[in-house]
Amino acid sequence: MTTTPFVRDQWYVAAYGYEVGRELFSRTVCGEPVLLWRTEAGEVTGMSDRCVHRRFPLSQKPSHLVGDQVVCGYHGFTYGADGACVNVPGQRRIPRTARLTSYPVVEQDSFVWVWIGDRELADEKLIPRAPWLDQPGYTTVSGMEPLAARHGLLVDNLLDLSHETYLHGGYIGTPEVAETPITTEVDEQAGIVRVSRHMEDAVCPPFYAESTGITGRITRWQDIEYHAPCLYLLHSRIAPVGTPPPDADGGDPDAFHVEVVYAITPETENSTHDFWAVARDFALGDEKVSGFLHDNNRTVVLQDVVALDVLEKAVAAERDGYQELSINIDTGGLAARRILKRLAEEAAR
Amino acid sequence: MSAAGAPGAVGVPGGPAPVDDGVYRIHWVPGTDRLLAVCFCGEKREFEDPVELWDWLLAHPEHGA
Repeated sequence: MTTTPFVRDQWYVAAYGYEVGRELFSRTVCGEPVLLWRTEAGEVTGMSDRCVHRRFPLSQKPSHLVGDQVVCGYHGFTYGADGACVNVPGQRRIPRTARLTSYPVVEQDSFVWVWIGDRELADEKLIPRAPWLDQPGYTTVSGMEPLAARHGLLVDNLLDLSHETYLHGGYIGTPEVAETPITTEVDEQAGIVRVSRHMEDAVCPPFYAESTGITGRITRWQDIEYHAPCLYLLHSRIAPVGTPPPDADGGDPDAFHVEVVYAITPETENSTHDFWAVARDFALGDEKVSGFLHDNNRTVVLQDVVALDVLEKAVAAERDGYQELSINIDTGGLAARRILKRLAEEAAR
Repeated sequence: MSAAGAPGAVGVPGGPAPVDDGVYRIHWVPGTDRLLAVCFCGEKREFEDPVELWDWLLAHPEHGA
């Protein structure tokens, strides 16, 4: 497998809104170091995290904010919230090229999205939604784990949840996950892959047993929506066996719903920001349940991180033309890979 | 526990007729190891290998019209 190329001209999650404040904050997205901070009015702004003068990272102390201006800690170059240089040391003339690349930024659904690519193409209507993360009626826990693996490996991982049975046994995996056939839908034009696995009579794993209080067997639905390249949604429906299915109008008062959200943001060609969030529509505000779900899901994510970090080393060391094997469970993952490849090629033209 | 978050399973074999919505649907044929690929134009074919399945499905709209 060759390195999955970056898909430019796309929106990516660079941070949670709560990570960005009046301290200078940096995160590399698709190889580009992005400086994020909030203006005094509370708006998030994004610009290159490299001074145009001698490349000093503006997120590095003693660089600092003065009002709505960033002062480089090396020689004092000063930039406004739009990235334009407003002051240089020792002279009045500000060079015409003294401007930081600025990034279109949108704060939505608790995420800070940045546009990587041609800013003329940035359309915020293209940003896929994850409304549960910031919506009344849901309680959310979240985090971000650094992954020392290419983003394509995380896409593979999340599009095929049969691995839960083996990698996450005792947490979210039970035998039924790997045993239950999937159905797959692919909207090639929209870049969306849907994979569904409906388990009608399954063991309730600890992740759900302890959070919902269900003690018996469950109906467990996993409905994945992957919006290439960055956003992954897992609609999880949990209910005791025998619970009526959802109403025609979508009402489903006797079931528990968990919206598991991942943002898969490439950092470099071989590393990824693994954003994860779990929103639930039960035990709202219950801190004990929140603590359990946070710790348990983070453990699961870290199990993936350990596995994918090892896999990255194996893949990076393999000979050219290594022939891997795909089976039925990979139907959605293969579609996602192809969509990512197509999007990368289109953006490179 | 409010509204159902899930959109529900995708279509199943024998379900409603395909619609020309640009969506490819792949069903796991119950009780077998075979996959049924359904193009949005209505053409169908069974496969044992998802790689071959995608090769056919993606080439299909051009040569099957």
